[in-house]
Amino acid sequence: MAWAEVQVQTTDFDLSAEVAALRAGDGGAGAVVAFVGTVRDRAGSQAPGSITAMELEHYPGMTEAAIQAMVGQARQRFADLRSVRIIHRVGPLLPLDQIVLVAVSSAHRGTAFQACEFLMDYLKTQAPFWKKETAPDGARWVDARVADDEALARWGIVAGNA
Amino acid sequence: MNTAADTGHGHTLQVQMQVQVRYFAALREALGNGQTVVVPASCTVGQLRDVLIGQGGPHAQMLARGRAVRAAVAQQMAHDDTPLAPGAEVAFFPPVTGG
Repeated sequence: MAWAEVQVQTTDFDLSAEVAALRAGDGGAGAVVAFVGTVRDRAGSQAPGSITAMELEHYPGMTEAAIQAMVGQARQRFADLRSVRIIHRVGPLLPLDQIVLVAVSSAHRGTAFQACEFLMDYLKTQAPFWKKETAPDGARWVDARVADDEALARWGIVAGNA
Repeated sequence: MNTAADTGHGHTLQVQMQVQVRYFAALREALGNGQTVVVPASCTVGQLRDVLIGQGGPHAQMLARGRAVRAAVAQQMAHDDTPLAPGAEVAFFPPVTGG
């Protein structure tokens, strides 16, 4: 397969094009699940428009390797997982922008739903990315959420992040 | 945890090594991109963190015990007791918040 399974990039991505590439020529794939994470313009109970910009930092080299290792874990766990494509954006972003894509294919829907959620739960607490939000009163680094550690715990994996 | 070697000249020499420290996110903003640090040869991640805290100033503040700081060694997630090899790349950063 010519394209990389994992990509960290500043540019946007096209969901339709990515799904088409994921399935291309694969007659054994009967299910595709794709998750797209986007930039909210508010945190928690804040008013709409409370967040005006976001900056994403990563650890070049480690980030890509960590996500690739997660794909390996997913393949061990879900034997009938077929194609995987993970794109995570870094750099300056704006509300409504796409941040992350996790797209997977499998023969039947059960594995596709599960593998997509597994990869996303894993990525949230184990891939080195950091978000900084800009609000009218200044910029601040986003706090990690305990709920994200708990999401990974459902898969029997201790996150130890937040 | 220091190890010592006999120099053969009647005194002992502390065996030390250099490691490359990198910082990310809020730690990078406060402490810079990173620094080279000389530590005892048997140093662990936790002991390196204590050495850095011992530098005082913003290092003591940002790396203080009780503050949520995560670490990676050779670009793999690590813990306080992860051992360091000479020349190791050791990163300190806040809990991750991607996705």
